[in-house]
Amino acid sequence: MTFRSLSIVILGLATSGVAAQDLVRFSQDVRPLLSRKCFHCHGPDEQERKAGLRLDTATAEDGAYRTRRGRTAIQPGDISKSTLWERINSTDHDELMPPPESKIEALTGDEKELVKRWIEQGAPYEAYWAFIPPKFNKLPSPADGRERLNPIDTFIDKRLEHEGIEATPKASKRTLIRRLSFDLTGLPPTPEEIDAFLDDHNDRAYENLVDRLLNKPQYGEHMAKYWLDLVRFADTNGLHHDHYREMTPYRDWIIRAFNDNLPFDQFISYQVAGDLYSSPSVDQQIASGFNRLHLIIDRGTALPEESFTRNVVDRVTAVGTAFLGLTVQCAVCHDHKYDPITQRDFYQLFAFFNNFDGGPETGGRSGTDFKRGLQVPYIEFPSPDQATKRGQLNQAIALIEAEIKALKSDESADKEVNAPKIKSLSDDLKQQQKRRDALVETIPATLVMKEKEEIRPAHILIRGAYDQPGELVERNTPSFLPPLKKESEIASRLDLAKWLVGDSNPLTARVTVNRFWQQLFGVGIVKTSEDFGVQGELPSHPALLDYLSLRFTQSAWDVKKLLRTIVLSETYQRSSKASSEAYATDPENRLLARGARFRLDSEMIRDQILVLSGQLNSTLFGKSVKPPQPEDLWQTVVMPSSYPKRYEPDQGGKIYRRSVYTFWKRAIPPPQMSIFDAPTREACIARRERTNTPLQALLLMNETQYFLAATHTAQRILGQHQLDTEAQLSLAYELVTSQEPSVSETSQMRSALDEFRTLYSEDSAATEHLTQAFLPSTTESERRVELAAWTMLVHSLLNLDVTKTRQ
Amino acid sequence: MNPIQRFQDLQNRRQFLKASAMGLGATVLNSLTPRSQAAPLLGTHFAPKAKRVIFLFMAGAPSQLDLFDYKPDLHKQFNAPLPKSVSNGQRVTAMTKGREQRVAPSMFKFAPKGKNGIYMSELLPHLSNMVDDLCIIKSTHTDAINHDPGKTLFCTGSEIPGKASMGAWLSYGLGSINRNLPDFIVLSSAFWTGGKGNVQALYSRLWGSGFLPSRHQGVSFQTSGDPVLFLSNPQGVNRVSRSKMLNLVTKLNKEHFEDIGDPEIETTISQQEMAFRMQASVPELTDLSHEPEHILDLYGPEVNKPGSFARNCLLARRMMERDVRFVQLFHRGWDHHSNLPTKIRGQAYDVDQPAAALLADLKQRGMLDDTLVVFGGEFGRTTFGQGKLARDNYGRDHHPRCFSTWMAGGGIKGGMTYGQTDDFSYNIAENPVHVRDFNATILHQLGIDHERLTFPFLGLDQRLTGVEESHVIKSILS
Repeated sequence: MTFRSLSIVILGLATSGVAAQDLVRFSQDVRPLLSRKCFHCHGPDEQERKAGLRLDTATAEDGAYRTRRGRTAIQPGDISKSTLWERINSTDHDELMPPPESKIEALTGDEKELVKRWIEQGAPYEAYWAFIPPKFNKLPSPADGRERLNPIDTFIDKRLEHEGIEATPKASKRTLIRRLSFDLTGLPPTPEEIDAFLDDHNDRAYENLVDRLLNKPQYGEHMAKYWLDLVRFADTNGLHHDHYREMTPYRDWIIRAFNDNLPFDQFISYQVAGDLYSSPSVDQQIASGFNRLHLIIDRGTALPEESFTRNVVDRVTAVGTAFLGLTVQCAVCHDHKYDPITQRDFYQLFAFFNNFDGGPETGGRSGTDFKRGLQVPYIEFPSPDQATKRGQLNQAIALIEAEIKALKSDESADKEVNAPKIKSLSDDLKQQQKRRDALVETIPATLVMKEKEEIRPAHILIRGAYDQPGELVERNTPSFLPPLKKESEIASRLDLAKWLVGDSNPLTARVTVNRFWQQLFGVGIVKTSEDFGVQGELPSHPALLDYLSLRFTQSAWDVKKLLRTIVLSETYQRSSKASSEAYATDPENRLLARGARFRLDSEMIRDQILVLSGQLNSTLFGKSVKPPQPEDLWQTVVMPSSYPKRYEPDQGGKIYRRSVYTFWKRAIPPPQMSIFDAPTREACIARRERTNTPLQALLLMNETQYFLAATHTAQRILGQHQLDTEAQLSLAYELVTSQEPSVSETSQMRSALDEFRTLYSEDSAATEHLTQAFLPSTTESERRVELAAWTMLVHSLLNLDVTKTRQ
Repeated sequence: MNPIQRFQDLQNRRQFLKASAMGLGATVLNSLTPRSQAAPLLGTHFAPKAKRVIFLFMAGAPSQLDLFDYKPDLHKQFNAPLPKSVSNGQRVTAMTKGREQRVAPSMFKFAPKGKNGIYMSELLPHLSNMVDDLCIIKSTHTDAINHDPGKTLFCTGSEIPGKASMGAWLSYGLGSINRNLPDFIVLSSAFWTGGKGNVQALYSRLWGSGFLPSRHQGVSFQTSGDPVLFLSNPQGVNRVSRSKMLNLVTKLNKEHFEDIGDPEIETTISQQEMAFRMQASVPELTDLSHEPEHILDLYGPEVNKPGSFARNCLLARRMMERDVRFVQLFHRGWDHHSNLPTKIRGQAYDVDQPAAALLADLKQRGMLDDTLVVFGGEFGRTTFGQGKLARDNYGRDHHPRCFSTWMAGGGIKGGMTYGQTDDFSYNIAENPVHVRDFNATILHQLGIDHERLTFPFLGLDQRLTGVEESHVIKSILS
């Protein structure tokens, strides 16, 4: 009852073609097996290590080759002298490994055979691929001799050749423009854009299209969406009351950074340590808010010291997942069971993030900070006008305060004369303060990171308990990775940031490139894009990942260039049409013999509907917005003083903004998003699940905005009076799917349209419901029926599998 | 197929998968189900006692001292300082940190009930009548001292958000036993009688799927509007037009499948069919108009109010009849830091009769044998008072070290208590049951070994019971 067997299948894919007599490969075949079966007790975790034996390394003191009391766990080349072989084959309950009470299943015949051959071949160990720097030797040369312009294709085709699988041809231009538009901007192409591309017979038409899309402002919005999942961006604190929190300037910065193509190494360092640059720019400070995106509990509930530790752990976890692709949080309580991350390593990282100059809990429930969703430290960006006004109000307030003070301290004065003066001044003061607060509430602001002057010591926390400090530790990076370069005696977060993106770091560039690959192909070269450790999955094309990572860093971490390279490859442009057998043989398309085909993310599904119906409000940036959602959804989760307590949908144009701007309450995210697998943003998520459920079908059928989009679109189509029905059907189909309908599809649509016409001409009440908001009451019934029938026709198209799928 | 046979088949299939893992051909097996439906290997580890579960979650943490854990001698210690030897420097919440700890005995009467004379509080007259079916666990304990982590730990096995909830695990591990409804349904009370002022929040993570595919997440039924989000057709669309529309959609989807070859398209077709069936099955499920008067009476007067705990109990029974695997009710309002006696009366009024009715109703239908019903909150409450302390008025702070829960039906022994607390209901004296043990026991009754229901995520084989040791409470099994 585990998914393990599925992942073995993937590994099987990666190792297929290995005949029995071939050389066993340690990294691909043996280490994953040992990790699963043995490392829990015979791995990196020193405290849990049994019998002083570790199998994750060969030559260490406790390593696999060591001899103790005349027994050797693994004797290279000789199974008869290897106790490991004896133990995994034992029939004695007390001797058998893994021990039956561990509930880890015994090795199967094939697995044993693998171990046997490995030992017989000398039991060679290899360094773990992800922990050594990427390297590039030379491009493979596919046997067909055809020259590939794009090196990506060389790698992919070499592998396909090896597997004896033929790639599909290039996809049609219609498919390509739809695919590219979704992948690079998250939006479908307009019919005009499609026409322009179809008519462009220039050799560089496709390339030019790519450049056009990369330069659209919608590109940044789309790229931001993935990043916001990864760093768990949200509009509430996520714990207890789950109050409002304001960090939307951080989101705006992410969007701008992608649009400006900020080199990704800087994109990372600003977020980790933007506040520590010498005289940091506003952007650098905003970016440092990355360190404030963790969940945070309200004052007066948990113990502050406990919450403090929890926040720091959350910060370090984010750095691990987002940049290193490592599960560092596994080493909070003990050494990591599988990766060589010690508990000391964890707290050395912890030491970079515990020196926060702010509280471990949210502030009180009063004052403008609370209303604005702010907790110190934060920065504000008043417009010149706001700054002037605030200055004036502050001055006025100070003046009145001084006057009151003077009157109160004037002992000689007549109290009866002074009292009414003081009262009137106090009233005035209150009013001015009110005006100032009202002004302040409109000033944009965002939480930022700030370091305390005096460095807070960090300890190893025994078993991860906040109140059990052990040995003192200093800031440092994990010992199994390249050393940290310090600018001064005590390492700073900025040193850490530079280390993350330094030339010698084997992980950051790979992890980054892999996520962009995943965005374009649905699955990363390493499928477990959040975990590059020993328990993660091996890359399907390791040399390609290394090649791309090196090119990426050599290009000064140029994201647009990387995406451009990938989408210009033949591999990317392949058709996703394939035989059912092809889909069955490689369901996740790891070999990329065909174009990727996968369901669009929730944001794209909703945004597409807004585009089709002509309603999309393409305003960029700003505070989060609240499009309608079913009433009272929050009621079952909020507390009486949760702020905000009720979901009050916005009115007007705001409700048609792109979904990246939708208000995100962590306790209950918008259902239009979560039903389509958007995460809650409580934890860092590098890849979303992609499920297919009846609740999704219901959402697409019945959600108000989604349904009304059909009527809007139907009206657009009926507005094309010059077209006959056939042409209108064709237009509808093209609007929704970017494709032209086949003859049989047109005939299916035609007869369905006739059925809808009959149905609605016989049901005037239903017709009235569908059309009343769209047609004046004087409209003749024939036109009403027509709109109703077309609404249902378009609504049907909006529910097609191809509509919600990128293919 | 009997469970053992099913498990054998599962084993064989797994062996086969592994055996053929070296070749590309193995992936064919993987693709028997489409990608997004990549099904877990369904089955139980041993013969189950229970088929379905109802979890009555008392959010806010009810006082064990006033409901189940009878401490007759405490009234002699009214207002006495809690001995340091008992509290032992244990951590408390930020609310009572540094305050004096004075004993607040329960003001409620307890009397022996049922054939084994189990002491029950006067607050629970109806459950007292069902005590022969209950196994009251007095020694439940947890790690968390605050609501949010406490609930998250009980419901997902970890205080840190992001793990899969119990119902999601069951859906993943056992699959569906019904065709027309979700595997896991959540019903939250829309109102409660005690403690309106200090109501604790819920979070969708409590019924979320965490790292499991999201189709395993609980479907939270709404009190007003559609019970399932987006269930109803828009105005102007009815069953006929809906089916005509789906007819066209299916025809076009099929044509696309022929052309493209991706089996995911077939999954979409079947999910749309399921959605269409749910449009009929869910209203049928929530329509109580055919429930006879005497059944409605059994659940008490509140049953007529949508969103009441009573109505949700009745709905839960109907879900059990339709083979929904796991139903979780959340009833909030138990966080009684002050004025506990008044508030707990209200809360007891809300849950006592309906919970007892649910047991009786399942029993009379012969369903209590294979339906497990469990009751509990995220932790207990302190024996020392918080705020004003009088004989008849007091409050209690959070207490993770011991609290009372119960189980009934589904292969659990009735008419017993398990575990003991000390004289103050402060520490556990005998047979501690961690919430992980509690959860392990639920899984066990469903035929699952909690150590072997796993999912690989972030480099670990994740389990509902986490990495720490936990044990099935063997001696309460019948």
